[in-house]
Amino acid sequence: MPNQSIITFKDVVKEYDDQPILNHVDFEIEKGKFYTLLGPSGCGKTTILRLIAGFTDATSGEIYLDGKKVNDIPANKRKVNTVFQDYALFPHMNVFDNVAFGLSIKKMAQQKIVEKVKEVLKMVQLSGYENREISEMSGGQRQRVAIARALANEPEVLLLDEPLSALDLKLRTEMQYELRALQRRLGITFIFVTHDQEEALAMSDEIFVINKGHIVQSGTPVDIYDEPINRFVADFIGESNIVKGNMMDDYRVKFVGKEFECVDAGMRENEAVEIVLRPEDLEITAVEKGKLKVKVDTQLFRGVHYEIVCSDTDQNEWVIHSTKKAKIGAEVGLYFNPEDIHVMRFNETEEEFDARLEAYEEE
Amino acid sequence: MTTKKSKLFYFIPYSMWILLFVIAPILLIIYQSFFDVSGHFTFANYQTYFSSGTYLQMTISSVWYAFLITLFTFLVSYPTAYLLSKTKHKQLWLLLIILPTWINLLLKAYAFIGIFSSNGNVNGFLEFIGIGSKQILFTDVSFLFVATYIEIPFMILPIFNAVEEINPSYISASTDLGANAWQTFRRVIFPLTLNGVKSGVQAVFIPSLSLFMLTRLIGGNRVITLGTAIEQHFLVTQNWGMGSTIGVVLIAAMVIIMLLTGEKKKRGRKMK
Repeated sequence: MPNQSIITFKDVVKEYDDQPILNHVDFEIEKGKFYTLLGPSGCGKTTILRLIAGFTDATSGEIYLDGKKVNDIPANKRKVNTVFQDYALFPHMNVFDNVAFGLSIKKMAQQKIVEKVKEVLKMVQLSGYENREISEMSGGQRQRVAIARALANEPEVLLLDEPLSALDLKLRTEMQYELRALQRRLGITFIFVTHDQEEALAMSDEIFVINKGHIVQSGTPVDIYDEPINRFVADFIGESNIVKGNMMDDYRVKFVGKEFECVDAGMRENEAVEIVLRPEDLEITAVEKGKLKVKVDTQLFRGVHYEIVCSDTDQNEWVIHSTKKAKIGAEVGLYFNPEDIHVMRFNETEEEFDARLEAYEEE
Repeated sequence: MTTKKSKLFYFIPYSMWILLFVIAPILLIIYQSFFDVSGHFTFANYQTYFSSGTYLQMTISSVWYAFLITLFTFLVSYPTAYLLSKTKHKQLWLLLIILPTWINLLLKAYAFIGIFSSNGNVNGFLEFIGIGSKQILFTDVSFLFVATYIEIPFMILPIFNAVEEINPSYISASTDLGANAWQTFRRVIFPLTLNGVKSGVQAVFIPSLSLFMLTRLIGGNRVITLGTAIEQHFLVTQNWGMGSTIGVVLIAAMVIIMLLTGEKKKRGRKMK
């Protein structure tokens, strides 16, 4: 297993002016996968990327790249390359010179450079753009040049720092597919930093959700979406209805004054918990068929679905995503399945969470 | 219509200035250069200028000194501007560098006479360390030193601005792609500050061509530049025609320098 991991962080702390940015971060990144560091701005995700690239030094802790400790190895000697948020393409060079920059630093033969540049430009679908000036390229094209420039060096790890944030929605979606396909084709490790949860869910093999300098939860997109560990993750990834509740017994949970069957277990009796119900798991039905009785307050047409906001008699707000229209002011029932209820304990760490999940799943 | 009129109105002070203090003097100088001492129309001034060895030698010496001043100013200014942009309180340091330009040039020249004179500070120091008193004032070296000192702020400012304008991620990108500090400087930082260097060269070389006061006060008239010649013709020999001719030559030289160091069209458009 340790041979598999290409990047390892051991108890890494980073402080700026005594302000902790990263708090004792530990993780391992495996070869050939698409990782996403996801979190709100200022959470430390870009700092992790900069630590890997070598633009900044860790205050304490160890960073391993391909098994070697790299804390003291300067950025220009590390086999990783970065695609910057603002692309950072050199404005005084044309596309060819930008892409060839790393290769010419390595003193590669001119003929080889020409071939390599041609190859990577083809990879990002920019064949024939060699002699264009950067100022003549559109945002999407610059993005591709930046990727090509990084890939030309054949890095083992490609770091991408919110590279899609400057693109419009359509282009961004297109680039998500392309980046994912590119990563699969090349088989190298991508570490992608973003604050956009949809982007993270769509592209990643693994997501690290980061908040306030901690990795709050890591896992596959499906795991993180379906089993958020706490309120922060549930709120940050997708939309959720979060209410307070109590665990009555294994597989029995009480919230909004009613008891429901659920699929969670392994907690103390009567423990205070939080309940997550995803808007798309809630179904509007007749009052007598529903598990909850609510009143429709507002409705918003979102294109793919209606976003319907309802409230119950305790003034809890319930957001529902439905393809069917609701009637404002109407009393309706809400139906959901036991497996749609996700129970979150307060202050549970990821290890405890995983251990508990394993314990009761084995039964 | 009214906005167009009011725009024209705002343009009046500027155009008056240009007309009275730029265009009119240039035309007057050109006009004046075609008259001899006794006020007859002639081309003789230009003929004299381009055929006499003295004037050509003066021109070459002017260009040579201006070149040396620009070179030394550049050698001091570039590292200073670059390091300045890396310091913590850069605005304060910059202010300290700009500060001497607020003091009158003549005052600074007299201050240097005091410093360089035979019983001035420098000679005092030389004597103290046992080298002994030397003739410093009225030498080429002291002239170049003071001229360079005076021009340095005008070179530092544009270079400093150019360095400041460089997006720090260009430097990260260069390092990321494997370049060491020197390669990053040579291939990214320097090319991106070239426009600042050009502005600095313009701001230093052109005034240096016509320096005249320093040549007398510090250079002791050992250095004769075109500026000195103009002064002499207007004030001493009263040959305004010849003085104007040299002035026209200087203006032409300035235009040439502007064209040489001006921004060039970006390359690479030829291929589509």
